[in-house]
Amino acid sequence: MSKDSDQAETGGFRESGLTDLVNKEHRSIGTDAVIASRSREIALKAVIGLLLTLAMAFIALPVIALFFRSPLDTILETMHDPVVIDALKLSLMTSTITTFTVVIMGTPIAYVSARFNYWGKELADSLIDLPVIMPPAVAGIALLVAFGRMGLVGHYLNSFGISIAFTTMAVIIAQVFVSSPFYIRQARTSFEDVDLSLENAARTLGATRFYTFIHVILPIAMNGLISGAIMAFARSLGEFGATIMFAGNFQGRTQTMPLAIYTAMQGDLDVSLCLSIILVAFSFVVIVLVKTLTRRVCKKC
Amino acid sequence: MLEVNIKKGLRDFDLCLKLDIDRGRTLMLVGDNGCGKTSLLNLVAGLDTPDEGRISLDGRALFDSEKGINIPPESRGIGYVFQSYALFPHMSVYDNVAFGLRVRNMPASEIDALVKEHLDRAGLWDIRKAKAADISGGQKQRIALARALIIEPRLLLLDEPLSALDVRKQAIMRRELKESIRACGVPCIIVTHDLRDVVIMGDFACLLERGKVVLHGKAEEVISWGSGLDGVDDI
Repeated sequence: MSKDSDQAETGGFRESGLTDLVNKEHRSIGTDAVIASRSREIALKAVIGLLLTLAMAFIALPVIALFFRSPLDTILETMHDPVVIDALKLSLMTSTITTFTVVIMGTPIAYVSARFNYWGKELADSLIDLPVIMPPAVAGIALLVAFGRMGLVGHYLNSFGISIAFTTMAVIIAQVFVSSPFYIRQARTSFEDVDLSLENAARTLGATRFYTFIHVILPIAMNGLISGAIMAFARSLGEFGATIMFAGNFQGRTQTMPLAIYTAMQGDLDVSLCLSIILVAFSFVVIVLVKTLTRRVCKKC
Repeated sequence: MLEVNIKKGLRDFDLCLKLDIDRGRTLMLVGDNGCGKTSLLNLVAGLDTPDEGRISLDGRALFDSEKGINIPPESRGIGYVFQSYALFPHMSVYDNVAFGLRVRNMPASEIDALVKEHLDRAGLWDIRKAKAADISGGQKQRIALARALIIEPRLLLLDEPLSALDVRKQAIMRRELKESIRACGVPCIIVTHDLRDVVIMGDFACLLERGKVVLHGKAEEVISWGSGLDGVDDI
């Protein structure tokens, strides 16, 4: 009996020993797997971190370099240069007019595009987006052959004594052409995001389409519209290719900041650097101002 | 009295309906998803246009394909409570309820008195300043109803008004809703999946299948249609 029990015990020990061994092996395999997955995770994080750092450096470095290379006294001196004052005034004036034009014209277009289906909608949407992929120089030539003195439409306008090419109006037209898709695309998405049942609810409560648009749809889509307007403003402030082709480079009339930077670069790199800094600073101030102001207005409504 | 006799081609089938509802009576519309219940409400409200037929309310034509009449939704005087409640998220509770009165250019003092009356009745005056996006489902439902009732509609349309609430809230709101509709005294159409809604809130009911009424009768009779509806066992 005791032998049997001994044997059983021995067998039991053996069995338990075997189980321990298997468990140990399992444990060691499990630990290995955990270590392997952890090291994979760390490697992945390291790669993502490296990529992020590289991307940040790639964007930040040129901006930092711009500030490093520009001495403050030259910037202050440049600020008093009439060429710079003219260019800055013209840039801010044309970009503001462009942004208002794009918002006034683009908002109904974006709303119709978001809400209604009509014949040729695909074509219209593609046409609206076309300036985004069109090289600015091509846009400039296209505008010239359309609105220039001998252009398709310009030819007729010329007979009424209206000349657009190489005027401030041409600067604005070029800017509207290249920056409108930035606003319209963003506005279209914002309008699409407004729940249709809100619009329907307002209608059944007695609101006309226009009242509904002003009091329900517009406030809800406002943040998206503001982002779109800022994008359009920034794009028109930086517009170069289409402007120089269609409007030329005349100080006080068509020479915007990017054109002034280009012109200055032909002679003195320092001046063009200072101009760039001024442009960056102004764009930044305008964007912060617009965002702060609209946040206040939105809170009030 | 609401009289509807319309035809509308939907994506998969034709919606073909004829129904009359007297003042103060409630019709419960039941049926599977996609059978045309919400489409019917939208057609009656003027948010969609029938292909042909006639819709009239208290003898006045809202839509008549033969006479070329199609009154826009803002002029139909219909109170519509949407399934999602469709409260304006950027407005406060007060502004949501006042919306229909402001559209009508009512003086501010009258608007204030009416909104107070409706919000008091719904027990929501204390949260009048809260944004509509920040309140509970039950409160949203009450506000959506108050917003629809404050314009003194001549017809009430409710699209699954209790489906967004949990079961306990549903039972309370069902009674409340019934009382509000009765007090209003206008014809009412309620879309629902729940048989409890039909029996408690309805006077009579229609079962829709692929755009057609396949069964109709008194609300109590609906239990015998039973299959495919929620809450059969509870009743």
